[in-house]
Amino acid sequence: MRPQEQLLPHGYILRYTFPERLVHWIAGFSYLYLLLTGLAFWSPWLFWLAVIVGGAPVSRMLHPWIGLIFFFGIVQMYLMWSSQMHFTDVDRAWFRSVSHYVRNEDELMPPAGRYNAGQKLLFWGFIICGTLLLLSGVVLWFPEYIPWSLRWLRYTAIILHASSALLTIGLFLIHVYMGVFAERGAFGSVIRGDVTTEFARRYHPGWYEEIVASSTTTPRK
Amino acid sequence: MSQATLRVQKISGHAGSIPGEGTQREPIVCKLIDTTTCIGCKACEVACMEWNDLPFGETIFGNTYQTMPETRWNYWNLILFNEHEREDGTLMWLMRKNQCMHCADPGCLKACPSDGAIVQYTNGIVDFQQANCIGCGYCITGCPFNIPKFNQETKRVYKCTLCVDRVSEGLEPACIKSCPTGCLHFGTKDDMRELATARANQLRDHYNFPNAGVYDPQGVGGTGVLYVLHDATQPELYGGLPKDPHIPWTVKLWKGPLKWLGNAAMIGGLIGLFVHYLRFGPKSREPEDFEPMQPKEGPQP
Repeated sequence: MRPQEQLLPHGYILRYTFPERLVHWIAGFSYLYLLLTGLAFWSPWLFWLAVIVGGAPVSRMLHPWIGLIFFFGIVQMYLMWSSQMHFTDVDRAWFRSVSHYVRNEDELMPPAGRYNAGQKLLFWGFIICGTLLLLSGVVLWFPEYIPWSLRWLRYTAIILHASSALLTIGLFLIHVYMGVFAERGAFGSVIRGDVTTEFARRYHPGWYEEIVASSTTTPRK
Repeated sequence: MSQATLRVQKISGHAGSIPGEGTQREPIVCKLIDTTTCIGCKACEVACMEWNDLPFGETIFGNTYQTMPETRWNYWNLILFNEHEREDGTLMWLMRKNQCMHCADPGCLKACPSDGAIVQYTNGIVDFQQANCIGCGYCITGCPFNIPKFNQETKRVYKCTLCVDRVSEGLEPACIKSCPTGCLHFGTKDDMRELATARANQLRDHYNFPNAGVYDPQGVGGTGVLYVLHDATQPELYGGLPKDPHIPWTVKLWKGPLKWLGNAAMIGGLIGLFVHYLRFGPKSREPEDFEPMQPKEGPQP
């Protein structure tokens, strides 16, 4: 999509197209299920989580299948967004001033593009961990077919699956916090697709400039 | 399978304390398998199938006495056969009755996430409770002896119960009862260890097996099955009996440090984010960040 097509009437900018939003929520809901059932298998103290989503044997059966759906989402995200996720000099500067970002001093931050460096980190974290989770998950799906001589595969998978899942939980918590609580307007953008021009100017100045500067026509009223 | 009057001392995937833990102590029960007097007759295999009502399974023929490569979900007791050539060129037939070792520190139980799917009784028997099994197969990964086997039909895991239903009624396991050569013994762990040591001494002193010894691996806290081996320095010869079995270190890491680190990070992360919101709040309080600015005055076009 050309930048000027992202300008919407009434001072809105299109941030996420319908395919982007759909893929986000396919990944989002499947991740929620994987999180609940995965935590149930992680700790006896959370085993009841499996009970409220249909029982532990059902969770054991569905967790791998839902995992495939989640990985499908991950692949789609990679195809849609990976070209926009390369780290630039601005991103490196962004990381250096992350303490300002944490203190909500956004005016002191280097001008982020469509995605700031933190979002890019989230993206690559989920791409890498999602791939590791799939690879280790396939082994854990069918442990009975792994011959005894290849048992190191099971030993590797069991620790890899838990470790990468924990990493995604860390990313996930921050992601939800930022999207739902910290940045007003962000949650709506992944539901309805649009943000206000003020939102774009505040959080993604580089992206805002790109859209407005390249727009030769005035926004439609 | 049967809980009978046995008390439980370890429960898999269990949150909190174990009811009645430590209120009762019992002698640890133990099988003694003397591989030097085993003739590979497979009477113990048949007795196991008979008593536990397991269906007959297909066998293979590979020009040896080996009838199947390893135990199955419905074949819990299998004699592993090895034609071993000694340094002087003479042959030995090594036979080892393989089944669950009933470890004092069971890797299957440690790995299992399901409450009560694997229990260890106060007499040391490690037993799978299929009613609580969720079919994840983590026990397969936790076991250093390749014992738990998955059933594709029921999606549950099965293994030798040490005939817990017989033992709890004061009987010996079916395999022990059937042995025609007397190479199988059953009793308390202390008695069996004494018997095994005496037999190993005899083999060393009178039968020219200078490396004869007792297999009771301490890496898993000792086992409820003792082997007397002609050559205890090479247990691998006996159908791949591991020399120094341990619960896989990744399983220990996963159930130990990683669990505590992960829990601390998850709980700490939630608290941290909540406190961050209390301290700093949302990034912006400007209404136009989420609602476009309304024109201050003048007619709308």
